[in-house]
Amino acid sequence: MSLVVLPLLVPLTTGILALLLPQRAQRFMGLLGALGLLAAAAALLVQVNQQGIQAVQIGNWPAPFGITFVADHLSALMVLITGVVAVAVALYALLEADAPRERLGYHALTHLLLFGVNGAFLTGDVFNLYVWFEVLLLASFVLMVLGAGRAQLAGGAKYFVVSLLSSLLFLAAVGLIYGSTGALNLADLATRVGGVDPTLMNAIAMLFLVAFGLKAAIFPFFFWLPASYPAPPVIVSALFAGLLTKVGVYALIRVFTLLFTQEPAFTHGVILWLAGLTLVLGALLALAQGELRRLLSFQLVSHIGYMLMGLGILTPLALAGSVFYALNHMIVISALFLFAGLLQRLQGTTVLVRMGGLYRTHPGLSALFLLPAFSLAGLPPFSGFWAKFTLAAAGLEAGQYAIVVVALLVGLLTLLSMGLVFAEAFWKEPPENRPAPGHPGGLVLPVALLALLSLGIGIWAEPLLALSQQAAQELLEPTPYIQAVLGVSR
Amino acid sequence: MEALLAFAVGGLSAVGVYLMLRPHLIQFLIGFLVLGNAANLVIFTAGRLGSEFPPLVQRSGEVMEPIANPLPQALILTAIVIGFALAAFGIVLFFRTQEVLGTLNAEVLPEVLEEAPTPSPVEEVLPPRPEKERVAV
Repeated sequence: MSLVVLPLLVPLTTGILALLLPQRAQRFMGLLGALGLLAAAAALLVQVNQQGIQAVQIGNWPAPFGITFVADHLSALMVLITGVVAVAVALYALLEADAPRERLGYHALTHLLLFGVNGAFLTGDVFNLYVWFEVLLLASFVLMVLGAGRAQLAGGAKYFVVSLLSSLLFLAAVGLIYGSTGALNLADLATRVGGVDPTLMNAIAMLFLVAFGLKAAIFPFFFWLPASYPAPPVIVSALFAGLLTKVGVYALIRVFTLLFTQEPAFTHGVILWLAGLTLVLGALLALAQGELRRLLSFQLVSHIGYMLMGLGILTPLALAGSVFYALNHMIVISALFLFAGLLQRLQGTTVLVRMGGLYRTHPGLSALFLLPAFSLAGLPPFSGFWAKFTLAAAGLEAGQYAIVVVALLVGLLTLLSMGLVFAEAFWKEPPENRPAPGHPGGLVLPVALLALLSLGIGIWAEPLLALSQQAAQELLEPTPYIQAVLGVSR
Repeated sequence: MEALLAFAVGGLSAVGVYLMLRPHLIQFLIGFLVLGNAANLVIFTAGRLGSEFPPLVQRSGEVMEPIANPLPQALILTAIVIGFALAAFGIVLFFRTQEVLGTLNAEVLPEVLEEAPTPSPVEEVLPPRPEKERVAV
């Protein structure tokens, strides 16, 4: 019995149940569903690890004709960390979710969002990928503007407009790739793209790059993210920051390892350039921000560059670095966004100049902030260090010295940026006549959970690194993937 | 037939892109619908034209030759449904944006966002609807 569809069924069931339950029970249903998703994802990863790539044909239609769901190591790992982030956010929402938003269906919507995210990770068909993107987009649109605050509507309109544009480009790209190969199933496509004119394939590849790049917020398509992510409450934006851009990154990794590998000097060269520009611009713009959540949004953009860098280098080690980075970053950036919510709760603001003095009153909390912050900057012994180390080693091995220098410099800029946040929010004297900070209470728990997980992965990096390498191996050698889906090796 | 459809796609794209570049968000939405139809026509054209026969299988099980390709039609149908859902959501979103922010000009919206960089507090959820419209009529 294959467990591939379980990470889809759990959030869907939870979402529907949460709509039907009374309001008070909804938040517990939300947590229960997130825990169930984590368990299902863990079981799926174990199965993939033991029995190889798992494929399910819905309705028993044979592979290129029916709807296929596939789980290889990359998909299973992404789904697993999605579960981790979902649990942390559900824990936070247990205490923080406000009654009006709950009444409007916050818990049901988050699980429908998880449903869409997991669907995108597990689908084996490029048109279904489009459909899953729309599922998660619709859920995210509603979550973004739920409650209809001024900033939320302004940010939401921008997010909506950009998402529609990328959906259209994606749809057109799907039409063109179908026209040139006559296939839509990813495995089937992989066997056929070799026969297509490489120039045409490059044109389609660029269309996919723009469509997914808009969702992943890479240079030059990142402008919308810092405009919209800080607007909704933290229980929404932490979820978005952890998951949504990673779906774009996942889609890029999937199509640019499986389909567009005819002329890597061109396609992956472009990706490498974009990676460098994303890294530098994101880091520099982050330094210029005076509000914590906007700053974190720019950091999020900057660090997408690292994942692209591994994809651009396209060696087994580099791809393993990309996968590891994506997993690590999902945990760390969600933790930081939740921390921003915590600071908002304690000090009533996230504007840096109006913060301060927390080190004196909450030393433990200040120390806790340093965990995800250092992990983001890539200091040992945190998980971010191993992610950056793998990428740098891969870059040196492949002779891509320029991007390695850029990556290391951006690591320093990140450290500087996080240090400034620490100095502003914790270290400096509190501004005058500010009310005494409150108590975070149980809200610390989910943040601490994610921070300690990042530390744990950093100290005990071997298992996750090995799994990432396994995932990279499968990406670069797609024969088992194709075999698992189509049943035969062609 | 392909050439004709290619021109249709080009024309629709031109109109759609022009509308999407306008600052007004409703014009953007109409542009999205037009461009969505262009994308649908791309799929339709890419699915190889050339037969007027419907993609149906006779009761005896034999296929009518030559047969039209059913897959692009299924894809377009799905895309139309999704486009419809997105457009419906967009109309509601822009209606509410107009109501709360008083503008649908995309060039003004960024400044609105700059005003309130901090996340909207809980109290801001569901602001009371302005009474004056209801009274004024």
